[in-house]
Amino acid sequence: MRNTPVLVDPTGEVEPARREPLARPPSLDGRTVALLDISKARGDVFLDRLHMRLDERGIEVKRYMKPTFARIAPIAVKQQIASEAALVVEGLAD
Amino acid sequence: MTKQLTLVVKRDCPTCTLLEPVYAALAASGIALDVWTQDDPAFPESVSGALDEGLERSFRLGVEIVPTLIRREDGEEVERTWGWDRAEWERLTGLEGLGADLPPFRPGCGAKNVEPGMPEALAARFGSARLKSRRVPLAPLEDEIEAAYERGWSDGLPVVPPTEARVLAMLDGTTRDPGEVLGLAPPNLQPCTVEKVAVNAVMAGCKPEYLPLVLAVVEAALDDAFCMHGVLATTYYIGPIVIVNGPVRRAIGMNAKGNVLGQGNRANATVGRALQLVVRNVGGGKPQGVDRAALGNPGKYTFCFPEDEEGSAWPPLSESRGAGKGASAVTLFAGYGVMGVVDQDSRTPEALVETFADVFRGLENRNRRNIDAVVVVSPEHDRVFRDGGWSREDFEVALRTALHEPGHSTPKLREGGLLIVRAGGGAGMFSAILPGWAATGPVGSIPVTKEVGT
Repeated sequence: MRNTPVLVDPTGEVEPARREPLARPPSLDGRTVALLDISKARGDVFLDRLHMRLDERGIEVKRYMKPTFARIAPIAVKQQIASEAALVVEGLAD
Repeated sequence: MTKQLTLVVKRDCPTCTLLEPVYAALAASGIALDVWTQDDPAFPESVSGALDEGLERSFRLGVEIVPTLIRREDGEEVERTWGWDRAEWERLTGLEGLGADLPPFRPGCGAKNVEPGMPEALAARFGSARLKSRRVPLAPLEDEIEAAYERGWSDGLPVVPPTEARVLAMLDGTTRDPGEVLGLAPPNLQPCTVEKVAVNAVMAGCKPEYLPLVLAVVEAALDDAFCMHGVLATTYYIGPIVIVNGPVRRAIGMNAKGNVLGQGNRANATVGRALQLVVRNVGGGKPQGVDRAALGNPGKYTFCFPEDEEGSAWPPLSESRGAGKGASAVTLFAGYGVMGVVDQDSRTPEALVETFADVFRGLENRNRRNIDAVVVVSPEHDRVFRDGGWSREDFEVALRTALHEPGHSTPKLREGGLLIVRAGGGAGMFSAILPGWAATGPVGSIPVTKEVGT
């Protein structure tokens, strides 16, 4: 295995070098939530329940599905989610 | 004073092995002698030496040829010689009859620390303490170019990963101290050191020999008169445009001829890009952040070109702006472009200047006043002015006169705001106007010219 590469920071170093996760949105109002079923057993049960709760709050939901949990999502699925939704929830395990 | 000698040798060098009797004579002379061998700890056999582990000693001594003999007085290097030149070795050591049985001269061999790839590797290993910037370790399988994107360091195009070895090699391009602060980079007003400029110059794709030019460009951008913060934060189209004059243009192979404002030349492209990356990374200025441009312009990736001084009848722009005659200099202008000035008919300066005036009249909005602009005069238009005997001043005066409108107290072109340069390919009666910002002069951006250092 090759050595761990080290880069020299080109920035003014006012932010941490470690990448921070994106900030949580302050609210879901007006945002479309994607529910991604990764095709793993009973993931749909979890997502159906979540879908119901979001419907109750009047939040728009769109459903997506990976063909198999064993592989990363096809680019077309990722691009469709990125184009149509602001947030995505997926069920990772059964 | 205490005289000391340092000797660096390698077994693999026939000249080094030839000199065994000389080493013995040095050791017998009573002068303090330390011997470093680059490859074989059992060599030399006539004196005891130490193996230069990892070639650190050779790197720090800056050895290029073996054998190298260095004379010190009280620990400080006084002089050195390399290869075998009996007269030199005798003078340097003060000993006579060295290697009397040997030929008087033999060239040395390349030192192991300067074999291909080694200087960069050794610099990263032993010289990286020079670098003060934070290090960013990546995950073992993380791609460096993708990592730069992920961290927001890129302008949208791939950047060269700023490894320690590359940054150290870049810093070799200047004599300036890596820690020297050039100014505060807007918008976050972070101290912009020579080192930070070097890191971003690496990412932009610059060669180390471009660095003095890049440093001058950054210094001009950070000059208060240029108002880089405003140039970044405005909703206007503009970005910094870099115009280069003087010997540096040819030294680093810039293109002042065909497609001068376009793609394809490494120095043109990367020097302008380096400035934009400094603003983005050191200053923290990003589109839709502090950069509020409504549209921007493609020149905000990079916009840097040299004047074609050799092809011009006019003195260089930089000299007209106070730089020394024959000096390399950069001029920064806050602008965008490219607005065409097309005239394939005029054969007199008087007729041609009227076409330039026409374009200015319709520029942006016919009520615009106090315009700053760069006028790039193409060779075929330049020929018309040259044949008519017009100087740059004649051209400017005629242009201002043509644009004078009775009843307007504010001139169409701001006094001192017109930069006229000559560049481009030999065929095509097409010049260009690069318009400036709406905020010109002391209330906005004033063009800045800086000479290029070392």
